[in-house]
Amino acid sequence: MKTYAEINDKIKSGRAVVLTAEEVSAMAKELSPGEIARKVDVVTTATFGAMCSSGAFLNFGHATPPIRMERIELNGVRVSGGLAAVDTYVGATDCNPERPAYGGGHIIEELVAGKEIQLEAWGKGTDCYPRTHIRARVSKETLNEAYLYNPRNAYQNYNVATNTTDQVKYTYMGTLLPKMRNAAYSTAGELSPLINDPECRAIGLGTRIFLCGTEGYVAWNGTQFHSTRPTNAHGVPTAPGRTIAVIGDLKRMSTDFLRGVYYEKYGTSLFVGIGVPIPLLDEEMAHRVSIRNEQIESTIIDYGDGNKVLGMTNHAALRSGEIIVNGQRVRTAPVSSLAKAREIAAILKSWIERGEFLLTEPVRPMPTGTSLRGLEEKEC
Amino acid sequence: MIKKLVLSFPVDATDRPLVYDLIRVHDVSINILKAEIQPGKTGSLLAEFEADEAKINEAIAYLNDNGVLVSPVSSKVSYDQERCIDCGNCVSACFSRALTIGAPDWKLRLDPERCIACKLCLKACPLKLFKIEFADM
Repeated sequence: MKTYAEINDKIKSGRAVVLTAEEVSAMAKELSPGEIARKVDVVTTATFGAMCSSGAFLNFGHATPPIRMERIELNGVRVSGGLAAVDTYVGATDCNPERPAYGGGHIIEELVAGKEIQLEAWGKGTDCYPRTHIRARVSKETLNEAYLYNPRNAYQNYNVATNTTDQVKYTYMGTLLPKMRNAAYSTAGELSPLINDPECRAIGLGTRIFLCGTEGYVAWNGTQFHSTRPTNAHGVPTAPGRTIAVIGDLKRMSTDFLRGVYYEKYGTSLFVGIGVPIPLLDEEMAHRVSIRNEQIESTIIDYGDGNKVLGMTNHAALRSGEIIVNGQRVRTAPVSSLAKAREIAAILKSWIERGEFLLTEPVRPMPTGTSLRGLEEKEC
Repeated sequence: MIKKLVLSFPVDATDRPLVYDLIRVHDVSINILKAEIQPGKTGSLLAEFEADEAKINEAIAYLNDNGVLVSPVSSKVSYDQERCIDCGNCVSACFSRALTIGAPDWKLRLDPERCIACKLCLKACPLKLFKIEFADM
């Protein structure tokens, strides 16, 4: 048994043993969980994928005379006008329907890159905010605050997508060719944060993480947090389960780990880089982080035909480039970047090894016993 | 041998049935992968030529004599490697397996020889990093 304080003492003195989740999974072929728990202090996990439920809060500062911004556009994209006078939230999927290939995700990336963004806003004019219109250029230098707040990131075990129809389907899981000519998966497998701590023993409110190149925090359980999915023999949920809400200073982020994107005939989104450190407090945690790709099973969903479940597969099979679905050989490809996820896990590892990044004990654990409600259409 | 070629037709393309002549006179087996030809405008054809090398060269000379530019397709596909994040979205769409990603480094690879210029990668790339010159001609 180790405590957070003991692990942090080792980190501060440069004695902490840190491995990436892939390294520890390889080590587990030789060593038992007990031996790993004694040898290793922290395991770093990571993912870099499109996470549509992302966005940023911005504060523009007050002009003279001041305006209560009620309708706000950034580079011609309508963003939230529902936050006081000069605050907004730009969501990754915000866009102008007239030109849907550019949107909130791109605006956030441009802000991170230090570019200027055109702000235009309108208000009705009030006694305390007499102005009705303003145009200005803003950047991360001029904004008071700019922080990313993503309500739902790092989905635990997202579905594998394929398409049985005879039409190409353009989705957030990429281009799905007709008649199951391909299948797409979007998880870092054995490197994925919530696969390595499947019941959120270490990941909770206040967990310090790597977020898009700087430090960030787990702010809350993510939306659609489903903690009662069936699990397989290795304790991993076999359908999309838990999620995290994350927060971090946009001004200190890097476009190496944050990218605005557009999916054909779907819309814009944001690629988000997240790294989560898992402390090996005991043998049980060591056992969890030892999970290997062949032990992670995911659900195959038909995105062409009403999200029908077509079967199950595992991540060793997905990475081999081919799976079998209903007796048919189906070519597989990832749609989130394993190369980038590995880069993030390695950077977080180096931060911890150098004593620059301490672990935090959750101030509140994640909820248990939750599931998902659909939207019932009640007459009104 | 098989050669994948882009044929660029001028506006005033000859009335001769060029492809017919290639097959009948020059004995080249032709597999047309993509054709963009509109009357009165420049056109382009992506095709695989199968024959021995001498015959393919004769066929290319014949096309050149008739004002058709012939270039190997391999020079036509490209993406911005600097901005690429190796996500795999293009690989997923690429059924001809010109684009691949996998162990050990999971970085994107492009084999231009396998590209059939279907343009799916242009749409599939969420960063819009692909260019196929054939598509712009």
